[in-house]
Amino acid sequence: MFDWTLAWNILPTLLRAFGVTVQATLLGMSVAVCLGLLLAVLRRSSSAWLSWPSAWIVEFIRSTPLLVQIYFFFYVLPNLGVSWPPFLTGVAALGLHYSAYTSEVYRAGIDSVPRGQWEAAIALNLSPYRTFRSIILPQAIPPILPALGNYLVAMFKDTPLLAAITVNELLQSAKLIGAERFRYLEPLTMVGLLFLVASLASAHFIRILEARVAAR
Amino acid sequence: MPPLDLLPPLLEGLTVTLALTAGATLVAIIASFGAGIARLSQSGFLRAAARVYIDVFRGTSALVQLFWVYFALPLLGLELPAMTAGIVVLGLNIGAYGAEVVRGALQAVPAPQREAAVALNFTPRQMLWRILLPQAILPMLPPFGNLWIELLKGTALASMITLNEVVFRGQLLRASTFRSAEIFSLILLLYFLVALGMTMTMRQLERRLLIGRDYGGVR
Repeated sequence: MFDWTLAWNILPTLLRAFGVTVQATLLGMSVAVCLGLLLAVLRRSSSAWLSWPSAWIVEFIRSTPLLVQIYFFFYVLPNLGVSWPPFLTGVAALGLHYSAYTSEVYRAGIDSVPRGQWEAAIALNLSPYRTFRSIILPQAIPPILPALGNYLVAMFKDTPLLAAITVNELLQSAKLIGAERFRYLEPLTMVGLLFLVASLASAHFIRILEARVAAR
Repeated sequence: MPPLDLLPPLLEGLTVTLALTAGATLVAIIASFGAGIARLSQSGFLRAAARVYIDVFRGTSALVQLFWVYFALPLLGLELPAMTAGIVVLGLNIGAYGAEVVRGALQAVPAPQREAAVALNFTPRQMLWRILLPQAILPMLPPFGNLWIELLKGTALASMITLNEVVFRGQLLRASTFRSAEIFSLILLLYFLVALGMTMTMRQLERRLLIGRDYGGVR
């Protein structure tokens, strides 16, 4: 029933596609980590012109499907004269989607810095930039690293959505193999197993990170 | 001028999305409570089975699970229509996350409550139904609300196994009209409104369950 020789033969192709998946995840997460911080800081702004839109952007992104956001970028950006390759479009959509989640994580981290730290920064006449850069963020970020790690794993599991816009990642390459050989069982099962192994390994790594952070 | 002419076919697709959401929600609730309670069972077999279910569904991607059930399972002799595959996979996927919520909430009930139940000679079943669940249900609601939205968003994936829900309709419309910006903006807006409705429903439910309690997360 399950053809092990076939599963073994397609493994190199799948592993190559797995590299694309990992690349998309790492690039997407870099976007999400930067953009999320920006959204979190804007949301704290005293100007309603900044805080209100960023709060709604986060709410909107979080309650609409990633797949539709990917399609939106893929089909609408070319109309605006931006012609990115599908991989780049996909990474941008992943990054934007997850920035809404990471911004909430940052917000929790920033909120948990004691009030006295803010007051001290004001008393020392530090600029808002220096307050964030040197006082608040160094205290806010280490405790939230495990939470960011969880979103890294979540994003990793969402990369197969890029198959919808023809990015040749793991699921897409399994689909291609399936269409070529009329056998979907082996490629799709192998993809599932690869995801399972990678997710369990990273979940283990995050637990170690959590223990480290708790021990500080 | 809003693109109102695009709305009727999209709304037709939205009813399929809503039906899928409703079906998968039912499966997810059953799976959450089943696996969450099994994780705390006295039987080692039940605990292990729940653990494997939760790890497999949380460890792999929802889209891969959907593809596996729709394209690979027929080769093992089980062929499901797209709607059934969507309901089962999305329900089991979100149910795996929900099981951890149920387990956490049950474990968070203060230990003296269990001890009192044991002292009063309650059977495990009575302890679960009369002591633990009634107290655990309230803290489950906020994370359940988040998972419910995740489930709604997950239904979009079913368009990739040819279920003609709202995203699938959008793709068809795009192919015939080329008005991508309007179509996908409308779809995003529709999802946003449904999600808003779900959030309000959960708030209402929380308020309802809070009546007569002197503790809990009032917001």
